Amino acid sequence: MSGADIYHEMIVDYSRNPINYGKIENHDVTFHDSNPLCGDSIDIDMKIDDDKVTDIKFHGKGCAICMACSSVLTEITKGKSIEDARKIEKNDVLGELGLEHLQAVRIKCALLSLKVLKSALYTYLGNNMDEAQDRDKLKEEASNLY
Amino acid sequence: MQSSESLFENIRKDFPILERKVRDNKQLVYLDNASTTQKPNQVIDAITDYYQNHNANIHRAVYALAEEATEAYESTRDKIANFINIKDRREIIFVRGTTEAINLVSYAWGRTHLKEGDIVVTTEYEHHSNIVPWQLATQEKHAKLEYIGMDDNGELILDDLDKILATGKVKLVTFSLMSNVLGTITDAKKIIDKCKAAGVLTLIDGAQAVPHMKVDVEELGCDFFAFSGHKMLGPTGIGVLWVRKSVLETMSPFHGGGDMIREVHKYETTWNDLPYKFEAGTPNIADVVGFGAAIDYLTKIGMDNIRQHEIELTKYAIDEFSKVKGLHIYGTKDISKRGGVISFNFADVHPHDVAQIIDEEGIAVRSGHHCAQVLMERLDVAATSRASFYIYNTREEVDVLINSLNKVAKVFKL
Repeated sequence: MSGADIYHEMIVDYSRNPINYGKIENHDVTFHDSNPLCGDSIDIDMKIDDDKVTDIKFHGKGCAICMACSSVLTEITKGKSIEDARKIEKNDVLGELGLEHLQAVRIKCALLSLKVLKSALYTYLGNNMDEAQDRDKLKEEASNLY
Repeated sequence: MQSSESLFENIRKDFPILERKVRDNKQLVYLDNASTTQKPNQVIDAITDYYQNHNANIHRAVYALAEEATEAYESTRDKIANFINIKDRREIIFVRGTTEAINLVSYAWGRTHLKEGDIVVTTEYEHHSNIVPWQLATQEKHAKLEYIGMDDNGELILDDLDKILATGKVKLVTFSLMSNVLGTITDAKKIIDKCKAAGVLTLIDGAQAVPHMKVDVEELGCDFFAFSGHKMLGPTGIGVLWVRKSVLETMSPFHGGGDMIREVHKYETTWNDLPYKFEAGTPNIADVVGFGAAIDYLTKIGMDNIRQHEIELTKYAIDEFSKVKGLHIYGTKDISKRGGVISFNFADVHPHDVAQIIDEEGIAVRSGHHCAQVLMERLDVAATSRASFYIYNTREEVDVLINSLNKVAKVFKL
């Protein structure tokens, strides 16, 4: 898949009118990351109650692919338990938008928000852990993700 | 001066890659020359000939091949001296490119001369290669890095320089002769005059300017000058650092190793003569030879002709771009103040998306921050698309680019 094929209706619409776009003032966790190659930059804020993601918003600058995937990802994540959110995989996002065969150079645009989400979840879990041992295990799991 | 049309119409034949079809059998339109240029047969052949017929290590051995290799390598140094008007060939140091040249200065000059409280001045439209080495050097020496700002027209605000110079703490002012994003040609003479009056050294990043216009280093009067071979038809991995001899003599070596020494004993070493003190190890001989062929090629066309060709092409492109609704061009529209680099944004479409859609038409433009994130912050954009021209580009290619934007408009319902 390449070129203009990927810019179907849904992608263009989401890039114009992203959903879950904005900030959560009293968030329980927030995380920021950027793509050094293209300068795309995404922040995700989450409200977490009883180990459940009760609200999630993203903001930042990015291409149509990045904005559409962020919209879809935040929609998938909302309402999920932390454990379930941890299990979200790249194809859950790409599949939703028919981007499974996106070329390598654009995959990073598509998955930036997933990377930010996972980092935010690990940050939250790490902050709420008592045992250093658990934190190390979590760090290892996080480092193996990408 | 020959008319630009007749002089340039045969040039494309020297560049086999320009015949290529890409994607869905579309004719390649290469408009990313600010990143790197294509190479003519003359350069490719020079490198092949070197490896097929003359390859040996330089400077040491006495046999015939080594003599030929040394001669080929050193003759490029003379060509460079001639090309940008440098009186003393011993002031020319071969490096990997502009990035290495500036790092060499920040290391070998900066670590000798910068002290706590000193100031290094750069500008808001620099490439990362003229920012990051100075962040590293000033942080290490507890010195400060300050910026000459840029106005909304994409030109430097020289009042900023006056204010910083007035502190009396400035040791070096470093700036690019042409912005790699906006194409703005810096008023180097004015900056250098101010710095000379204040007894401050100047470094010019000539990576974007040297390939596109006549540059006279002697006349500029700077103290350091850096540029790259691959942006001017030469191979990648070769560039030049020129340093005024009186300054070069105060600098400690950059890399230690072979060729840069006079005598090595167990615990002490004396350094080789200039420029070899700064060229440790076996250099990139073949690409220096290829670089020489590139300089020959450009000299034959004439740098004033090249500048004229690009002025005409850029003017045409800016006029055509201005007709596209929603298209915003960054920087000055005064052609005399800019080179053949046009950064733009198209309505609210992200440059990445623009680049991807027009890639389907065979067009190679760059999208992103162009290694100039400080400038992107100043412009308050995440990225831009950038088309940049060279000797082989044509009006027809500009037309292909303009037409492809219609496709972008269609996809994004502009």
